[in-house]
Amino acid sequence: MTPTHATNVRPEGMTGSQAGFGFRHCLTVVAVLLAWLAIVSPVQAEVTPQRAQALLQALDTDDFDAKAEAAQAIAASDAAQKTRWLEALLDGRLGRERRGERFYIITDDSGREWPIIDAITFEDAGTGSRRSVDAFRINNALRTQLQGLIASLSLDEGDEATRLEAAKRLIGEVDAQSVDAVAAKLDDEESPAVRAEIDTALALYRVEQGDASALATLRGNLDTRVRNSLSTIAASDAPIAAEAGETLAGIESKRAWYERGQTLFFGLSAGSVLVLAAIGLAITFGVMGVINMAHGELIMLGAYTTWMIQQLLPGQPGLALLLAIPGGFLVAAAFGILIERSVIRFLKGRPLETLLATFGISLILQQLVRTVFSPLNRRVNSPDWLQGAWQINEALSLTLNRLGVLLFCLVVFAALWALMRYTRLGLEVRAVTQNRAMARSMGVRAARVDMLTFGLGAGVAGLAGVALSQITNVGPNLGQSYIVDSFLVVVFGGVGNLWGTLVAGMSLGVINQVLQPWVGAVLAKVIVLIGVILFIQKRPQGLFAPKGRTS
Amino acid sequence: MNKITSTAALLLSMGIALPAAAQEDTIKVGILHSLSGTMAISESTLKDEMLMLIEEQNEKGGLLGKQLEPVVMDPASDWSLYAEQARDMLTGDDQVDVIFGNWTSASRKAVLPVVEEENGLLFYPVQYEGEESSENIFYTGAAPNQQAIPAVDYLMSQGVERWALLGTDYVYPRTTNKILEAYLKDHGVADDDIMVNYTPFGFSNWQSIVSEVKDFGSQGKKTAVVSTINGDANVPFYTELSNQGISASDIPVVAFSVGEQELSGIDTGPLVGHMAAWNYFMSVDSDANYDFIDNWVEYTGDDMAVTNDPMEAHYIGFNMWLEAVREAGTTDVDAVKNSIIGVTVPNLSGGSSAMMPNHHITKPVMIGEIQDDGQFSVVWETSGNVAGDAWSDYLPESQNLISDWRAPLRCGKLNVDTMTCEDGAGAE
Repeated sequence: MTPTHATNVRPEGMTGSQAGFGFRHCLTVVAVLLAWLAIVSPVQAEVTPQRAQALLQALDTDDFDAKAEAAQAIAASDAAQKTRWLEALLDGRLGRERRGERFYIITDDSGREWPIIDAITFEDAGTGSRRSVDAFRINNALRTQLQGLIASLSLDEGDEATRLEAAKRLIGEVDAQSVDAVAAKLDDEESPAVRAEIDTALALYRVEQGDASALATLRGNLDTRVRNSLSTIAASDAPIAAEAGETLAGIESKRAWYERGQTLFFGLSAGSVLVLAAIGLAITFGVMGVINMAHGELIMLGAYTTWMIQQLLPGQPGLALLLAIPGGFLVAAAFGILIERSVIRFLKGRPLETLLATFGISLILQQLVRTVFSPLNRRVNSPDWLQGAWQINEALSLTLNRLGVLLFCLVVFAALWALMRYTRLGLEVRAVTQNRAMARSMGVRAARVDMLTFGLGAGVAGLAGVALSQITNVGPNLGQSYIVDSFLVVVFGGVGNLWGTLVAGMSLGVINQVLQPWVGAVLAKVIVLIGVILFIQKRPQGLFAPKGRTS
Repeated sequence: MNKITSTAALLLSMGIALPAAAQEDTIKVGILHSLSGTMAISESTLKDEMLMLIEEQNEKGGLLGKQLEPVVMDPASDWSLYAEQARDMLTGDDQVDVIFGNWTSASRKAVLPVVEEENGLLFYPVQYEGEESSENIFYTGAAPNQQAIPAVDYLMSQGVERWALLGTDYVYPRTTNKILEAYLKDHGVADDDIMVNYTPFGFSNWQSIVSEVKDFGSQGKKTAVVSTINGDANVPFYTELSNQGISASDIPVVAFSVGEQELSGIDTGPLVGHMAAWNYFMSVDSDANYDFIDNWVEYTGDDMAVTNDPMEAHYIGFNMWLEAVREAGTTDVDAVKNSIIGVTVPNLSGGSSAMMPNHHITKPVMIGEIQDDGQFSVVWETSGNVAGDAWSDYLPESQNLISDWRAPLRCGKLNVDTMTCEDGAGAE
């Protein structure tokens, strides 16, 4: 036995790609630019099958640099199929027969048997699998290059978004060779957005050449490439260093404002998750005084309902999510009422036993989900309108799923507040809370109110679950991670007060997010916890004390 | 009366004889993986895989003419329960001959004193932080030099100059990041170009950290994230990355705890190009791998079932143990401990792996990029096998240490400068 002692293996087979990164990027930019300037006029013609075969053959190598050249050659060729080839290559769906010479495009690579077509004739070629088709591999550098090549090939259609994308790539890439071509392009361009990007690219080039007048164009520009170039110039001993420094300071202070705005948004969105998780508890614990340790599991049930509805409506995550809002509410409320009827009502006034009993219920519900579904997390898809970010500018973008949860939280809060304030149920709940005996003597059926209130609190927990399915894992442990935070928020906000929960949740979220960059996520949580404990010592009734003689 | 007595005696003797016969006729294989609690998500698959391997082996005629009998316990993601159940497996009614189990380092650390005290065998299949060597544990997962260091080398070759080391707050990420920091600084990376951040288990509020990374990566130098984020926290992390528009061509993430299993829970479209470093990927091109996948799909009855690196580690570990038992002709722990060193078995990536004297194995290291179908495409791999190193060469406190469990040395912590043994049988 001679085991290989190679404890310090350096990467091999990738030599040359150090330089490849920047170089290839330049190539892409030049390619985009050239296509844009219509110097290359792609003549779409049939090439001979032999030529097509040769073009594809060149891709069949393990060396990514050689592969990059082969892709470049395909883009520059006359082959009519070239766009489709490059797209398939980008998707990892272009491959070669393992024991043969044919090339295939895999039309659908889900599952284990794939439908394939001939890459040259596009004729149906039956099915293939990983054993029979060897798909060409690409890496990050090659992927970036392919995207550039495909973009340049589709520039003939030249819609505004493509041109904007190409113009954005130019920033920081303009050099002495291309400056005139870019400047010429500026005159032809009509779209103001594209013009602005080209302006920036040209101004940055001129500033780098020492032209102080171009700095005016860059004032307040939030693009990171502009900022990086300016800080390099400001730190150098160029004649315009001082002026560049001034522009840079302006940019930095503008960025700082947007960053504060972003931190506030992060804080509010973290807070909205806390509020959503806690607000159901604010009703059951705050209003009814029931310590419900299974609250987290009710949240989990809401999230699982979302998943189940998505399973029933494949391909329509948006509709499923909307249906899950009433669905999650009803499922969690039904479980809540079941728990109330079967356990909690027999333990009235015995908080310790309620705590233990509901803790047991929480374990039962967790294991139930593990047994019925599986211990593995379930995948809940986000609809398109909850993916990505709302890009306000280069420095400030609001992620849509978080924004959605924040809005949802506010809507749920408003609805709940209105329910408690204006409906008969709300009136009865408040009456029973304030004085149970008096309410009963006035004809309020206290037991029924208890049941409905608990169902309402549980249903709201279900709504929280629907929202959480968009930002975290849906699994049996989902609830556990929120139960402690929920109690924290309710106690901090003042037991029995919905406004308290809202303010407490939002402020804890913001404090946490402000602290996080300084001390890290773990310590930020510890500090918040200690802060709340100290606060409760000083003010046991929480932020908002319930009014009246009970306190 | 007589008849009743004899029947009773017969029943009694049967009652005694049956379990005794069962004990003699089977070789017991303990499976110590959590089937409930937080770790069930990762570990329950390994339990199923072990059952499959045992079933296959029994169909081939078992081992030493006996059938293998799995003994499954559920430590319920509770580290101290791992230790209790390991003791129960080794000393209780079952008296298992070998244990395959554990996932987290915390649980391994809990079981370690038990297997040493009761002289058991444990095969541990998960990548870990190193800095440990036990006479009774065989580490079939990757040591840091079989995963983290080659991954960083690869990124350096891709021109990365700034490093964000993100991890979950426990022993594996902290030790790994300590090794990586030392390694990066050895290679001339400045303090300012390294960012380290730890988050709790199951963390989901990634917004500000991802935005910090985005800022860290926008300073004009090529930046990469080295992620030792474990378990559940990965899904919200990657979702946040894609929502904030960070693609692999801007800031690539290379992860050490994200495999096919973890990706099966998310839409990988926006993650294409992010990387993972392992010793095996499901997409590895070899017939052994295709056969293994076919068997696994058939066994689970799930056409979409995935395989991953710890599964390969168990596959290798199980075959090594079979081979060592055959060689020793017995399942006796001391005999197997001796015979297993040097055993070489085929792995799933087309080569073969050998058990080293330090109880780690040799395997190739691969970097895979995430594809839109949730699989990885291998973009780089070491030209040969890399031997696992128990004690990191990049930490000052362990660079002089080696481990060698062969007689007569039998030492898990040998200082090569002073030639003193700090831990192990050879120390006495």
